[in-house]
Amino acid sequence: MPHPVLELRSLSKEYPGHKAVNNVSLTLERGGFYSLLGPSGCGKTTTLRMIGGFEQPTSGDVLLDGSIVNNLKPYQRDVSTVFQNYALFPHLTALRNVQFGLRERRAKDSEPRALRALDLVQLTAKRDSLPAQLSGGEKQRVALARSLVLEPRLLLLDEPLAALDPKLRKQMRAELKAMQRKTGITFLFVTHDQEEALSLSDKLAVMNAGRIEQFGTPEEVYLRPATAFVAGFLGAINWFGKAGVRPESTRISRQLPAASECRQGAVESTLFLGNCVHVNVRLEAGDRVIAEVPREDNTFSEGETVWLHWQPADEMRF
Amino acid sequence: MKLRSAFLLPARVWMALFFAAPLAIVCAYSFLTRGDYGGVEQPWTLENFTRLADPLYLAILWRSVWIAGLATALCILMGFPLALFISRAGKRKSLYLQLVLLPFWTSFLVRTYAWLFILRDTGLVNTVLTGLHLISTPLPLLYNDGAVLIGLVYNFLPFFVLPMYATLERLDPALLEAAADLGARPLAVVWRVIVPVSAPGIAAGAVLVFIPCLGAYLTPDLLGGGKSVMLGNLIQNQFTTARDWPFGSAASLVLMLASALLLSLLMRSRVAKEIM
Repeated sequence: MPHPVLELRSLSKEYPGHKAVNNVSLTLERGGFYSLLGPSGCGKTTTLRMIGGFEQPTSGDVLLDGSIVNNLKPYQRDVSTVFQNYALFPHLTALRNVQFGLRERRAKDSEPRALRALDLVQLTAKRDSLPAQLSGGEKQRVALARSLVLEPRLLLLDEPLAALDPKLRKQMRAELKAMQRKTGITFLFVTHDQEEALSLSDKLAVMNAGRIEQFGTPEEVYLRPATAFVAGFLGAINWFGKAGVRPESTRISRQLPAASECRQGAVESTLFLGNCVHVNVRLEAGDRVIAEVPREDNTFSEGETVWLHWQPADEMRF
Repeated sequence: MKLRSAFLLPARVWMALFFAAPLAIVCAYSFLTRGDYGGVEQPWTLENFTRLADPLYLAILWRSVWIAGLATALCILMGFPLALFISRAGKRKSLYLQLVLLPFWTSFLVRTYAWLFILRDTGLVNTVLTGLHLISTPLPLLYNDGAVLIGLVYNFLPFFVLPMYATLERLDPALLEAAADLGARPLAVVWRVIVPVSAPGIAAGAVLVFIPCLGAYLTPDLLGGGKSVMLGNLIQNQFTTARDWPFGSAASLVLMLASALLLSLLMRSRVAKEIM
């Protein structure tokens, strides 16, 4: 059986006073799109930097293709990183940036290969531009091409979309996914944006306070979160006592519903979100919950007494 | 009077009296004829400038450029690694910067004299070497170009290290990580990323060393003896022993214009951003 492309065994990183990464174990199979998702400070970037070789683990092992690489320098590891602010070499043109790693490897055909990589990210026209002359999205593509051209075993992406404006971010998201499928390179994508992680990943690891709380497919972590943290981080959640229900699974009606469990409350406000409407309801017990309803069903007005109910299958308990 | 003008007044008066006025005098003198006992006389002439084209003076000019260039090269060779080291020294940065600035605690003159005591025949180096019986006769360390070079590099090294440090300090560490990530070993990171990205800082530091070295007169005077004449010594001689003020003024002007030209080239390039 082939080795997994990456294996983390009980990986920890301690700084004076706090554990940035706490006993993280993770296995990535070849050719997948994986994400590390978590709030800032959860240890996801530190984990990525240990894989890239920029930080030394305090304990535990990093294995690439079955061999321990803990003591290998970044330039000795067959992984490549797309940095958050791209880290393009300002003195080199787009083409020379992409050629950088190939030249370091003394590849004879570095120019044609770099040109093919630029073509892959649709930047052939900008081959002679310096980074300062490129837009954010273009810089992003050069950084991607610069790493992809080396055909690494594993591509690490450190919040690569965070610096882009929202519209461009969505477009680059689709392109990233397409690029991963096209090249077959394993991607490990670090992000704090749950929508990004859910839409891109084959599997994602949700991190909190240095630990992985859950590792699974987007459906698994969204619909069957292992912990209350995962449930809350991946989307809004309504708490009805110990039961958590997503707003889109929370039904709202004016009559007492024929459901096993329901709660009465008063409409506080309605929020028009374009594609749907959020009805904010204050329960009798005092908790606030949200029911997401289709635009055309929004006939609720402030102060109105309503009933909230849900399907037992949509209920999460921890 | 506006507050802004009031604040600027002392500096304006100072600069007018002690910079603009003397400069105008030097400028005027350079077109006059020398007096018999120093001073200047009519008629107006261009002869002082044409005399500078004399092979004797061209040789001095060339020599000054050569020695100043060599001193600058040595400052780059020693200062760049030093600045790089300090910029990566973490908590110790300020300590090392203090050490670089330490020589400024004593006067330039005292520091240059100190080299006399180190390099002369009965100086520190020769005493130690003869004491160890490594040499029988003292090495000729003083009163030659080598001594001048040592003095210039010693005095002007901090002028290179400080701007170089400022440039390297601002270098995005992610660039170095990206280079290593793409397979560059440490030495390749220095050559392929750090040096080219910090080139404007290197140029800025080099000019800051080259210009004062070109006009140096105290160091070549003290450490070079009479033998190692640079442009600065030529100018000094014209105003003292030679009593040829117009020619000294002309040489001063040429030196000043050359420096100004070099500086304006620097300011126009992207180098300017590094020292501004």
